[in-house]
Amino acid sequence: MNALEPHFFRHEWARLVAVLVRVFGAGNLALAEDVAQDALFRAMQVWPVDGTPESPSAWLTAVAKRRAIDELRKARTHAHAAPELARMLDSEWTRAGTVDELFAPKPLRDDELRMMFWLAQPRLPEASQVALVLQLCSGFGEAEIASAFLTTPAAIGKRLQRAKAVVTQSGAPRELSDADLGARLDVVHRAIYLLFNEGYHGACPEAAVRTELCREALRLVMLLVDHPATRTEATLALAALLHLHAARLPSRLDESGELLPLLEQRRELWDGDLAARGLELLDRSSEGEAASAFHLEAAIAACHATARSFEETPWEHIVRLYDALSAIAPSPVVALSRAIAIAQLHGPARGLAELAALEGEELRGYVFYHAALADLSARAGDRSAARAHYERALALARNPSERTFLERRARALSDVGPPP
Amino acid sequence: MSEFLYLYRNGENLSPEQMQQQMGRWMTWLKDLETKGVLKSAGQPLERAGKLVSGPSRAVTDGLFAEAKDVIGGYSIVLAKDIHHAVELTAGCPIFAVGGGVEVRPIAKM
Repeated sequence: MNALEPHFFRHEWARLVAVLVRVFGAGNLALAEDVAQDALFRAMQVWPVDGTPESPSAWLTAVAKRRAIDELRKARTHAHAAPELARMLDSEWTRAGTVDELFAPKPLRDDELRMMFWLAQPRLPEASQVALVLQLCSGFGEAEIASAFLTTPAAIGKRLQRAKAVVTQSGAPRELSDADLGARLDVVHRAIYLLFNEGYHGACPEAAVRTELCREALRLVMLLVDHPATRTEATLALAALLHLHAARLPSRLDESGELLPLLEQRRELWDGDLAARGLELLDRSSEGEAASAFHLEAAIAACHATARSFEETPWEHIVRLYDALSAIAPSPVVALSRAIAIAQLHGPARGLAELAALEGEELRGYVFYHAALADLSARAGDRSAARAHYERALALARNPSERTFLERRARALSDVGPPP
Repeated sequence: MSEFLYLYRNGENLSPEQMQQQMGRWMTWLKDLETKGVLKSAGQPLERAGKLVSGPSRAVTDGLFAEAKDVIGGYSIVLAKDIHHAVELTAGCPIFAVGGGVEVRPIAKM
C-alpha cells in the first residue's frame, strides 16, 4: 500500500474544485465543492478496503469526472460556463472529451492560480480574501480556519458565505484577462503575506496550526513563482521573504511552545535549506530595477538569516534598509522595527528617543510597542519604567502565547535584584 | 462463531484533512480485525443517495433519513462468539470519533 503525502486530501480537494469551477461555471461553486468532497469521501471509504490505488490523484480525478458528467447530463448546470465551453459540454458527442481535457494534468496549475486571483476580489475585506484562499486554494475546513483566527466555525461559515456571494457574481476565473491578473497581483501578494503572518504572529497558540499556515503561504507563493504570467520581481521578493522567515520558524518557540525573543533563539535550529532557497530567490528578484517593499523586507530578513550570532547582526545595514522601507511603505510597525534596530546600533537611549517620537500614532494600542519600550527601558537601567511598560503591554496581549512571553520578560526584570 | 453484520452510519461532514486522517484510522482498524481473524468480509461502501420502495403500491421515496449523517455508509461482516463479543469488537472503530455509529445485527442462521 502506498503512503499518501501529508495533506494530500486537502491539496487534491483544492485542485479538483479549481477544475470543477471551470466545468460547472462560477455560479456553481457550491456544486464544484460538493463533487470534490464526494470524490474524497469515496476514497476514504474505498481505499481502506481495496488499498490505496497506484495513482491516488488519477483515481480521484476519475471519480470526480464521472460525477461531473452525470451532473452535466442531469441539469444544464453549465449554463454559467464560458459560452464556447458550454457548447462542448452541452452535446453528448463532445461532453466526455471536453471534461477529460479540462481535468488533464497541467504543469502550470493554471486553474488553481486563477482561483487565487478570482478570490482576491478587491471589493472584499482582506480577512474574507484570506478565509476564501484558505478554504478554496488550500482545502481547509471551516473549523480549521476558525481555529487559526480564534473564532467560531459558524462565524467563519457566515464570512465565507457572504464572500462567495460576491465572488460568484463577479464572472469566472477564466474571464480574468492578463490585465486583470496584473492588477490583482498586489491583492494576491497581500493575501499570501497575511496568511503567512497569521501563522507567524497570529493568534492561534497551537504551533502545528501556525506552521501549517506558513507552509500553505509558501506553497501558494511558489505557484505564482512557477507561472510565467505571475513571476514578477515583487513575486520573487515575496517568495524570498517568506522563505527567509520560514527558515527561522523552528527556533521561534521553546520546548513548551512559548515565544522566544530573537536574542535567545538557537540559530542552529534554523532551516538552512529554506534560508538558501530564500537567498537564491532574493538574488533572482534583484536582477531588474524593481525595489518593492517585499525586496526591502526580504533584504532585512536575509541580514538576520545570514548573521552568525545576534551580536554579528549588521545593524547599520538593517537601519538603512528600514529607512528605505519607511520611505516607500511607511507604517507604524516598520517605524517600530526601525527604532529597535537603531537601539541595537546606537544603544537603548537612542532607541527610546526614536520610540518616544512615534508616540501618539496607532502604536499605542500595539502590544509590541510597549514591549519594546519596556525592553529598552530595562536595558537603559530604568527598571520601574520597564515594569510599567510591561504592565501596559500585558493589558494589550492578544493571546496566551503573548501573555506568557511578556510575563516571563517582566519576571526576569525583578530577578536581577535592586540596582547598586 | 456466528456471523454479524456491521452497518456503519456516517457521522458529521469532515474536512479534507480529517478525511485523510480518518482513512488512515479505518485502514488500521480493519487490519486489526483481520489480524484477530474475525473479519469475514470488509464489505463495501454504499452510495449516499438511494431509493426506498415500500407499500403495496411500491411508493418510491428518497430514503428513510432526512439527515445525511444517519445514512448507512457501508457494511462489514465479522465473526464473533455472541452479540456481546460482536459489540466489543467495534471498539476502536473510527466512525465513533466523528459522531457516527455502528449497528450490530446478528445474521440469522438457517
